[in-house]
Amino acid sequence: MGKTLFDKVWDKHVVDSIPDGPQILYIDKHLIHEVTSPQAFSVLEERNIPLLRPKQIVATADHNTPTVNQHLPIKDILSRNQLAKLTKNCAKNNIELYGLGHENNGIIHVIAPELGITQPGMTMVCGDSHTSTHGAFGAIAFGIGTSQVAQVFASQCLLLDKPKSMRISVNGKLQNGVLPKDVALYVIAKLGTDAGTGHFIEFSGDVFEKMTMEGRMTVCNMSIEMGARGGMIAPDQTTYDYVKGRDFAPINIAFDEKVAEWNSLKTDVNATFNAEYTFEASDIAPMITYGTNPGMGIKISGNIPENNNESFKKSLAYMGFEKGESLIGKQINYVFLGSCTNSRIEDFRVAANYIKGKQKAVNINAWLVPGSQRVAKQIKEEGLDEIFVEAGFELRQPGCSACLAMNEDKIPEGEYCVSTSNRNFEGRQGQGAKTLLASPLVAAATAIEGKIIDITKYLN
Amino acid sequence: MEKFTIVQSRAIPLAIENIDTDQIIPARFLKATDRKGFGNNVFRDWRFDKEGNLNVGFALNDAKYSGEILVTGHNFGCGSSREHAAWAIGDYGFKVVVSSFFADIFKGNALNNGLLPVEVSPEFLKQLLDTIIENPETEIKVDLKAQTITLLGTGESESFEINDYKKTCLLNGYDDIDYLLNQKEKIEKFEQQNS
Repeated sequence: MGKTLFDKVWDKHVVDSIPDGPQILYIDKHLIHEVTSPQAFSVLEERNIPLLRPKQIVATADHNTPTVNQHLPIKDILSRNQLAKLTKNCAKNNIELYGLGHENNGIIHVIAPELGITQPGMTMVCGDSHTSTHGAFGAIAFGIGTSQVAQVFASQCLLLDKPKSMRISVNGKLQNGVLPKDVALYVIAKLGTDAGTGHFIEFSGDVFEKMTMEGRMTVCNMSIEMGARGGMIAPDQTTYDYVKGRDFAPINIAFDEKVAEWNSLKTDVNATFNAEYTFEASDIAPMITYGTNPGMGIKISGNIPENNNESFKKSLAYMGFEKGESLIGKQINYVFLGSCTNSRIEDFRVAANYIKGKQKAVNINAWLVPGSQRVAKQIKEEGLDEIFVEAGFELRQPGCSACLAMNEDKIPEGEYCVSTSNRNFEGRQGQGAKTLLASPLVAAATAIEGKIIDITKYLN
Repeated sequence: MEKFTIVQSRAIPLAIENIDTDQIIPARFLKATDRKGFGNNVFRDWRFDKEGNLNVGFALNDAKYSGEILVTGHNFGCGSSREHAAWAIGDYGFKVVVSSFFADIFKGNALNNGLLPVEVSPEFLKQLLDTIIENPETEIKVDLKAQTITLLGTGESESFEINDYKKTCLLNGYDDIDYLLNQKEKIEKFEQQNS
């Protein structure tokens, strides 16, 4: 029987198998940040265990960091302490840290690809569920808990049962204005937030083959929102062109040798999956969510479905929406363009392209947060910042920001926010805040109009 | 890690589906750098209103419910990988979480902290919830060795799955680090072969 892309990468990293038990999986790259690492460092210290391979770890500060005045001391004492601890732990253990203010600093899932740390065929982990992002390169990448962070520190390995496999194919051509985020929200709305649990997903078909690396990252990033540990896309010329020339990418002959190896990372024709789903690109429209999990999404021109389930009713009550109603015309006062899902240069280009020559609605507070220092720099180099400023917006400094509202960037109680992030859970963006997930295009349009509009009518 | 054998206690019903880890422990409480104390803020925004007053209608605040077993709706623990969610539930005093379905990362995190996730059929879950709500004094027995969960009043029981390796770890209080450290030679050999 043939092997899937996932099988090929997984099997190559199995150190050993415990009879009737899990396998020992070797981890190539370990990404860490300030929030989920301190307790793992403490475990090793308490038990007097050294870190096995500190050179395979890369650290950044992102979850907790302010997005204004990053040159000043952080006001919140707990946040400041958490960052100080990361700095101390990294220095003590010889771990490369791209801390606040460093030219490579940014959201961990934005910086690792842009620095060329993420490469096809790797196994990668991080104490963050959106580690699934890196699967866009044909890597096995997944989020882990802090106990597992400690395990990787100690042994560069994890004990895991091999997950099941799922393939999601989307074929055909996407309509104008339909972005990778819409594809992800559409699939999650169709399959639900638990459909992927226990599985690794391979995304295949025309739509993903034609997608840019940044679009593929958006899709793989959202695979955790359907419960999957990770998503993957087979590496191809698009992948190699993206990786080539980046800081940590192999060079010259070493790069060509790697490409030859990466070319084998494709699912065999006779391989089988535990589950398969196929969708048509032409059925997908710009999406928006109306509820409190990412599976509660509709076409932006559609109506909230009818459902008498108690959890569904609780969700709509929190959001202040009625079943059967349309979201078009709803006033929105907050827009967030950012997060590891949609804070890369292409996302800002989409927004700038729509915003150019228009003015921000007076009721709108918009937070535009680049994913990294490098994205911020490129925004300036391309002159996009001028477009934003002329339209009445300002750019903030990089970080996770209002995606999870750990820092000061909180959406106020009761306010709606159209957000390019990944989770619309109750209170995710601030206590009592109501999140509507959408693409950067829908976010930009909302910021200009001050309300939700049917973007498809404006495009065609 | 503490050894896990049998837990027999009353239970607290939380009949909500898709409870995500942001509800279990909101992100603003993740700034601590040790593992203790998260129980104070478990389900914070459901237990308290925004002024910090107790929400008396919420099951954890309802004096008629108590116990070391939390019985919850489908797809419990979805969302963020924060292990703080498992720490918070354990720190509050729970030893078992029962649901008809758990999100992957939460399940792993719970097992790594001696908090047993027990997955039951949707029918048995409904029966558990209905029975507890009707008679909060109902006791439930969870036997890890036998892999059974039993409603003591009626004797109705269901068996649950757990992989043998994790079961051994929980019964003996071992964790994965102990095991992996003993595999160092194999790991180094693997590195040499693949460098």
